Amino acid sequence: MAAYIFRRILLMITLLFMLSVAVFFLFNMLPGDPARLTCGKACTPDLIAANSKRLGYDQPVLVQYQNFVGGIFFGRTFSADSPQPIKCEAPCLGYSFSRHEEVMSLITRAAPVTFWLAVGAFIIWLVVGISLGIFAALKRGRWQDRLTLGVSLVGYSMPSFFIGLILYYFVVIQYRLLPKPEYVSPFDNPFKFLQTMILPWIVLAVLYAAFYMRLTRNQVLEVLNDDYVRTARAKGLPERTVVVKHALRAGLTPIVTSAGLDLAGLLGGAIISENIFNLPGLGSLAVDSITKSDLPIITGLTLLTASLIIVANLVVDLLYAVIDPRVRLT
Amino acid sequence: MRQPDSLRVDQRPEGEPYLSVSNLVVKFPSEDGVVNAVEGVNFSVTRGKTLAIVGESGSGKSVTALAIMGLVNRKSAKVTGEVWLDGEELVEKSDSTIRKLRGNKMAMIFQDPMSSLHPFYRVGAQLAEAARAHRNISKKAARNEAIEMLSRVGIPAPRRRVDDYPHQLSGGMRQRVMIAMALINSPALLIADEPTTALDVTVQAQIIDLIGQLQTEFNTAVVIITHDLGIVADIADEVAVMYAGRVVEHASTERLYASPEMPYTLGLLASIPRMDRETDRLDPIRGNPPSPLRHPDGCVFHPRCKYTDRVPNRACFEVRPELLESERDHLVRCHIPPEERRRIATSVLGAGTGGGAVIATAGVAATGIAGNGPTAPVGGPA
Repeated sequence: MAAYIFRRILLMITLLFMLSVAVFFLFNMLPGDPARLTCGKACTPDLIAANSKRLGYDQPVLVQYQNFVGGIFFGRTFSADSPQPIKCEAPCLGYSFSRHEEVMSLITRAAPVTFWLAVGAFIIWLVVGISLGIFAALKRGRWQDRLTLGVSLVGYSMPSFFIGLILYYFVVIQYRLLPKPEYVSPFDNPFKFLQTMILPWIVLAVLYAAFYMRLTRNQVLEVLNDDYVRTARAKGLPERTVVVKHALRAGLTPIVTSAGLDLAGLLGGAIISENIFNLPGLGSLAVDSITKSDLPIITGLTLLTASLIIVANLVVDLLYAVIDPRVRLT
Repeated sequence: MRQPDSLRVDQRPEGEPYLSVSNLVVKFPSEDGVVNAVEGVNFSVTRGKTLAIVGESGSGKSVTALAIMGLVNRKSAKVTGEVWLDGEELVEKSDSTIRKLRGNKMAMIFQDPMSSLHPFYRVGAQLAEAARAHRNISKKAARNEAIEMLSRVGIPAPRRRVDDYPHQLSGGMRQRVMIAMALINSPALLIADEPTTALDVTVQAQIIDLIGQLQTEFNTAVVIITHDLGIVADIADEVAVMYAGRVVEHASTERLYASPEMPYTLGLLASIPRMDRETDRLDPIRGNPPSPLRHPDGCVFHPRCKYTDRVPNRACFEVRPELLESERDHLVRCHIPPEERRRIATSVLGAGTGGGAVIATAGVAATGIAGNGPTAPVGGPA
């Protein structure tokens, strides 16, 4: 087990390295001079040249990459020979000159918002999706099943910007059931936090809950026909035990995979919900930096999201070994 | 058998059937029409005796077993008729009443031990769960019973094996675990649905022996469902041959092998490899079983029967035959007159000694999968 985890971590590092190379070179091959973007309308040829030197864009790409990776591990200093050098401590993902801030501190400020958004929605969609899925499977073919399936189809096919805007319009603007969303930390003002988050949670959860409902229903229906469930019935166990202990235990295991990866994906930023509800999370940050072509932020966010997915994969695999005794991690 | 025998109150006096099924009908309504899986089956078993139900895939034998156990989903199937277990009628009973009998008074083992045990739970836990489903005993006591049962079904090092997961056991071992699980509450009826089909030939004999041995020990009534006539010859007291949801012939094992009468039974026996006769090719039954959605008119077997010309007035094609007593305790569902049937049997299976020879060789040819028409030619006399 320990050897397995060690090997997986090595693999993870290799993967991240390759990814950083890909991301870095891909973004550096984009047309246009990144230094041109740092000054906008105020740009003069001299200023561009100066900024290019400050940011290191005048160096060959390989050296730039070296500086970038060096910054992650040891920190780096921008404008080293100017009167006001900018020191970026490790782990330094770069410096955003459109926001005049280190990428790392931008990310650490936005990450909690996205974290609460993703985790809240995750809990809602798991509870709603899985319980509706089980319900529908047990009522297979009856009106309860059809109704649940129908509702999930609607949830599944409505784009989240649509649900989001509709909810925002009716709940916040038309009927003023909730104040205008404005993010506060749950530790500062839990009530206001909930008021702000409830709508984005619902918007995010609807889509996923619909998907998980269908996934769960199919899983449970499949498992209910399995031989070992018949064995459980043949033992004379109460139907409740048969369903919960025997069918669900086996049927819900594959859902762990989807859940882990979906959560990881969301932790990288929920672009639409964050933008509709004015949440300063990673998704908003990403959209903003893309419109401003702020390469350091985009690079940092891409690496972060990729790392989350890779870590989630490892966690899911480890969880699987805990849940299913047949899975051996070697 | 954990409790002393005196504690177990059996309402049936000795010699009375423990299980008796009468006119059992199981229909599954489906989009394509009604699937007539079982159409009026009758039989009974007493404690200590073994009834074999033989037939091709789709003949309704497994559904019959599941219906007895109350494992046919009542929402999707229509079950009528009567199933009497130890003096109680089950078809009319509620699901929860039958549930209390399942695994307690009647138990079942299934065809595929690979998939019949839950992959996520240790075998000991699965055995203990069966015990605790019906008796109010502590986890520790249930675990000890599990270990004891494992050792009774011949699993070596049961104290260690009790904590194994099913995937750590071989197929034969898993079937032993299934048997242990079925017998942990000492049921008086054990239904074994093709218990050896998924196992190696060498293991098959061991499992059959084990069932026989435990049957004697627990005085269990056994219903064994199989398409393997070798097994039948080995352990059954009585045989019911099923075809298209009906019993077409029912007799004692000796009698059935010695003088089969229904052409379908003849076909099954003729397709067993014989060691005592020189044969180039086996003689399979031509054609396929009918679709349960639409059984043929007249005798359900007539499209595959070679002898319909022996019956006047096209009765085979138009009139459903009844299951009638041909001789004492020998029931046959066939229009052909009994004397004619016996003549046909003699000509098919060889003069006089035929039956005895079959019974002797059937035991050897443990893989003689009847009805599926094995095509490999068999060599000369042994």
